Amino acid sequence: MIRAVDGISLEVRGGDFVALLGSSGSGKSSVLNLIAGLDRPTSGSVVVQDRDLARLSREELAKYRLHVVGIVFQSFNLIASMTLAENVELPLRFAEVERSKRESLVRESLGRVGLRARMNHRPSELSGGEQQRASLARALINRPQLLLADEPTGNLDSRTGAEIMDLIFELNRELGMTVVMVTHERALAERYAGRMIFLADGRLVDDLHGDGLRGDDRAAPNRADADNSNLHLDASFGLKGDRL
Amino acid sequence: MKIPDLTELALRNLRESLLRNSLTTVGISVGVASLVAMLSLGIGLQQLASRRLVKSGLFDTVVVTSRRDLRNFGREEQRNGPAPGESRILDEASRREIEQLPNVLEANPDIRFITELRYDDKPHLTMIAALSPSAKSNDAFDGIPGGFFSSDTAPEVIVQKTFAEELLGKTPQAGADETKAADLAPSLLSKELTMRYAQRDTTPANGILSAEDRQNNLSGATYSVVSRELKLKIVGISDLDPETMRGPTRARVFLPIKLAESLHVMQPTDLREVSRSATDQPVYSSLSVRVKNPTRVQPVEDAIKKLGFTTFSILDATRSLRQFFAVLDLFLGIFGSLALAVASIGIVNTLVMAILERRREIGIMKAIGASDGDVKKLFFAEAGAMGILGGVVGVALGWAIGQVINLGTNIYLKRQDMPPEHFWAVPWWLVAGAIGFAFVVSLLSGLYPAGRAARLDPVQALRYE
Repeated sequence: MIRAVDGISLEVRGGDFVALLGSSGSGKSSVLNLIAGLDRPTSGSVVVQDRDLARLSREELAKYRLHVVGIVFQSFNLIASMTLAENVELPLRFAEVERSKRESLVRESLGRVGLRARMNHRPSELSGGEQQRASLARALINRPQLLLADEPTGNLDSRTGAEIMDLIFELNRELGMTVVMVTHERALAERYAGRMIFLADGRLVDDLHGDGLRGDDRAAPNRADADNSNLHLDASFGLKGDRL
Repeated sequence: MKIPDLTELALRNLRESLLRNSLTTVGISVGVASLVAMLSLGIGLQQLASRRLVKSGLFDTVVVTSRRDLRNFGREEQRNGPAPGESRILDEASRREIEQLPNVLEANPDIRFITELRYDDKPHLTMIAALSPSAKSNDAFDGIPGGFFSSDTAPEVIVQKTFAEELLGKTPQAGADETKAADLAPSLLSKELTMRYAQRDTTPANGILSAEDRQNNLSGATYSVVSRELKLKIVGISDLDPETMRGPTRARVFLPIKLAESLHVMQPTDLREVSRSATDQPVYSSLSVRVKNPTRVQPVEDAIKKLGFTTFSILDATRSLRQFFAVLDLFLGIFGSLALAVASIGIVNTLVMAILERRREIGIMKAIGASDGDVKKLFFAEAGAMGILGGVVGVALGWAIGQVINLGTNIYLKRQDMPPEHFWAVPWWLVAGAIGFAFVVSLLSGLYPAGRAARLDPVQALRYE
């Protein structure tokens, strides 16, 4: 068994912008998957808003993913056969939101990322940056308290990547949304995150707070309100080869 | 996820792999078509047989006799119930009473008598029976050379083929081809027969009754028998013998019923019922009761027995016929279902392929909040949609196959000089049942793939390219 996450213990306050840094195979994506409820720790706990994800049923984990977290992936992960509007609407279908309310929510969400004009396009008709913005719109549609981003700029050029990061930063500041972002670009983390956690070989090697980091702006207006989205992770996670 | 969303997503997914899903749906259609074709053939044959039986007039008829009829004395069932002497008589009042019973179409007196008919100045002695207008649809009179009586009171007769041969002086040769009624028709139709019969006349005959009798008001107990003659026109010749079941009492010449009633022909019962029948009101030896449907014969028989009469019908034959067709339908259904079973494997295959193809998509859906149940339901909906679509197309296909076979068979029958028949029947319950069955079979086929899709690990699925 490979230990992808080896006894990592960390706590994230509501409204924080945290960057998980490390080289490939350092375990940063595994930590993100644990927080996203996509994986369960082999031992330990992942507590989000006083709920231990390790103890939730598959059904409860699905609800958690649906309502509490929004995820943005490096490869966008939009469904190719659906239009942008349909992609963004998908979580609303799972949440059984009434059809009449969905259209306005989808418009609002795509409007926030500046894609309202392209809502009837398919992902293949859009640039990488636009696809990532659509992916962000989908992550936001159910108004999550926790936004998880796995290398969100990894497939984008630097200018487009900066646009996406500005959007995420804006969400963190304006809505008080807690952001946990995985990246291997230190410069990007320094520019946007208020805290940088360094991982290597599945272990936490460094944890940098504040000290002039842009995201450590204590004056972020909604931070106090978002305090309930705090996160405690104290977990180990092993990969037992191919699970399928 | 709600059902409209599920349906919408399922149909969208089916459109994405149009060729593969269409081929799978065609597989289901062929399965359903074979099931529908087999069963509709079975049902069609059953309906054809039932129609024939109903048309024969044997299976929807109950013959009612009075227990006073001494011909019934030997029968086992006659030992129960009132003694023949105390039993009710079959008069007009009881006929009306029987006609009022539920499921009874009509109750007609069974008028039959042996008398002499003259044709070409030669006498012929035979049994004559009365026919009600409803007998027109009877197989024996349907489409016969000539036709049925022009009215219920017309002085017309229909003769049975063997009697027609007798009239023309032809005797069937052993080994020779049977003569057809149509060949006899030209020489007999519209020709006249003279019937001699004994009329029962209830007009008080002065001189027969003594003064004492008249004082005792016994005039009704007296009637005279008058010999009469009536000219009758031959209007039709029946090929079949509608009365084969009656054995020695079967008739070979038929009269319209109202005409027969108006003749007041002397009946055998008139002698036995002399004390009661010497009025204008007739007493019948037996009644033929027609029932709406052969399946209602038993309850009607029971009801008539309760009234105090004796009944007789050929019910057991229809019962074993129904059993035969139930078994036939079962076997046809099993063979028809085999193709659907093969089609269901096609559904499993298609959906398992879809899981492999859409693994990443399943991972995305789970990552953004789809539960195992949502994924499972989505695959079920896809299987179900293919099932319903395949079912609808299959029923249409099965119906079309039936029409083609029906057409082909009828062309063959026409060449063989036989009347066209409808062998194929697709009742509404078969349509609904076949579509429902296809839907259920598809859902069952979707069980394994849907379960497998639901269990997919989202992280692994997202890594899949």
